[in-house]
Amino acid sequence: MESLQGLLKETWHFYRKTLILVTRGGKIYYAWCFSLLAIIVMGFIFYWKQHEMGLIETNMTDQVSWGLYIANFTYLVGMAAAAVLLVIPSYIYQFKPIKEIVVLGELFAASCMVMAILFVMVDLGRLDRFWHMLPFIGSMNFPASLLAWDVLALNGYLFLNLFIPIYLLVKSYYGKKPNWKFILPFILLSIPWAVGIHTVTAFLYNGLAARPFWNASILAPRFLASAFCSGPAIIIVIFQIIRKVSAIKIEDGALFKVAELIAYAMFLNLFLLGAEIFKEYYSGTVHMASFKYLFEGLHHHNELVPWIWAAMAMNVTAFILFLIPSTRERLSTLNLGCLLIIVGVWIEKGPGFVIPGFVPDPLGEIHEYVPNLVELMVSFGIWALGLLIFTLLMKVAIPIETGEFTHTDYERGVITKKSLDYTASLHKINKQ
Amino acid sequence: MSNKDYTRREFIRSFSVTALAGLSLPVLSSCSKEEVEDFLQKHFREMTVEEKKKVIAKLEQRYFEQYGRKFQISTQEALPETLWGYGLELSRCIGCRKCVYACASENNTSRYARQLHWIRVLRLKRGNLINLEDSEHYYTPETVPEKGFVYLPVQCQQCQNPPCVKVCPIHATWQEPDGIVVVDYNWCIGCRYCIAACPYKGRVFNWAEPNLPKDEVNPNVHYLGNRPRMKCAVEKCTFCIQRVRQGRYPACVEACPTGSRKFGNLLDPKSEIRYIIERKRVFRLREELNTESKFYYFFES
Repeated sequence: MESLQGLLKETWHFYRKTLILVTRGGKIYYAWCFSLLAIIVMGFIFYWKQHEMGLIETNMTDQVSWGLYIANFTYLVGMAAAAVLLVIPSYIYQFKPIKEIVVLGELFAASCMVMAILFVMVDLGRLDRFWHMLPFIGSMNFPASLLAWDVLALNGYLFLNLFIPIYLLVKSYYGKKPNWKFILPFILLSIPWAVGIHTVTAFLYNGLAARPFWNASILAPRFLASAFCSGPAIIIVIFQIIRKVSAIKIEDGALFKVAELIAYAMFLNLFLLGAEIFKEYYSGTVHMASFKYLFEGLHHHNELVPWIWAAMAMNVTAFILFLIPSTRERLSTLNLGCLLIIVGVWIEKGPGFVIPGFVPDPLGEIHEYVPNLVELMVSFGIWALGLLIFTLLMKVAIPIETGEFTHTDYERGVITKKSLDYTASLHKINKQ
Repeated sequence: MSNKDYTRREFIRSFSVTALAGLSLPVLSSCSKEEVEDFLQKHFREMTVEEKKKVIAKLEQRYFEQYGRKFQISTQEALPETLWGYGLELSRCIGCRKCVYACASENNTSRYARQLHWIRVLRLKRGNLINLEDSEHYYTPETVPEKGFVYLPVQCQQCQNPPCVKVCPIHATWQEPDGIVVVDYNWCIGCRYCIAACPYKGRVFNWAEPNLPKDEVNPNVHYLGNRPRMKCAVEKCTFCIQRVRQGRYPACVEACPTGSRKFGNLLDPKSEIRYIIERKRVFRLREELNTESKFYYFFES
């Protein structure tokens, strides 16, 4: 009874403190949160219109039946998978500067996962029937459908990336050392799982014989390589923001290490792309049509051409910046490289990957797709929601990491509780 | 053992559905009883006979209110010893699209915003049949046939090894014992993975609430076929399941003015389709994808 009361009190203390932490901040913090909130609300209004009228509110058609939503989904799965790039050096090789920030990286992966799942949900025509997809409750077509695999893989990864950092943070909140025997298996599991979510997502496209553009076995390796560029790139940027606005210390060494890893990943990404382009162009079969549409335009339809070349230029520039130690280890060029990669890979792995799969369609029709306002607004809304979730998670996680928010505060509370008991007993004596 | 597993699974499922219903009670309490029933409606293949009857009665009532007509909604099962196959004689097809419109009026497809068709006729320059990239889908000449062109009608090829069924995450589409691939429109979640997987563009999507004028409705429908659909569910050719299971030809076969379209039971050695396969030069679209389509194109022997 006593312990239960203690637990309740402690939980209450934690909630109260968390609430205080997330609701108090500087002007910039408020401005940031409220502008994100405004974007979320706007996105939701547009989504509601789409939900009521159907997907006709978007620019998708029977020809190009997946668009901006699924493009964002694909990109975000890659972003989330990239947390593993921090996990490996920190937990396995005990590389100290990264170890301090890995928890934040995992929470970032969790936020990405939430966004990825939301992008699938807004793409569903019948969200009201979502429960048909739940294991045991609905009727999941497992293991035949890769989409069923993806539901399990993504949710599992979301769980891991919430469970591991929360466990570590709670331990640190109580001022205790984590039980490595307990948590290490989960950490180790999260490494193949990260590779798994991206592989499963690649297979989702890869398995479709009807779409030659996706039906290439190089797809999953390419997915992984590009993910290990974009995810860490955004993490480098976020960590610089975190160390600027909070007390947490992130050494430059950690950032440079991550940038070096990006250089290797980008080399692999460009190499695999080159291998694919060679095969398509040298053999020159009719299956090249989608490639042609993407890189040069097909029968005067060339909407994606400037985009993909811009992406290529960005990726190559970033690769060079990260390859040369002097530009990699200067914050200005480092950040430029990160920005180029974030945008470049988004184009390549998002619209530049999803749309050409549908152009030309299996019966040879060429239908160009441009997302409309609804799709843009809903997408901005989801991105804003992901950033807001990440911001709030950081607002609680950082004080725990730095030791500002701990259980000892509560222990002071215990003392006051004791003194309360003391006064109560005094009252009793007085009454007698 | 398997029986025990089954009951346990059933238990977990019914328990979770109850829990789900309980949890969503606040939301659902703002909905009507009918909406709640719709929300919790089971997969067609898991309904008992009684449940099917109830759903049919509800639908007939709803269609009557919406279209002012008394609907006959069949749930007739596949005939024994049948596997439907289709033949299309390319040397006869003149590209008139009579089949396209006969299909639309038989199958209650959306007429406008967006107009959906289950059959697509491609116009190809003579000298090419395989590279569809050079095909024209929206040809509009004064008269057909046009000099120098051939026509290739494409619809769901009713694959025996259907990629669309394999990719559906929730078993909303499946193959019936007579080989027809059908969709439970009330189970489909509208993810459109099947559209991406189909090599024949055999599936179309209701991007909005379908627009079907009252006076153009066909009230003789099958639950898994031509009953009026709803927004954001996928649909496709069913070889006119409502007709063929009653011994009639599909609407497109009847409508074709040149007699290019043939239909029959692949398991019956005396059927017309078997005659064609055995005596004519037949081929199937995208045979290299191993879809084992049951749609045979052929030429004059």
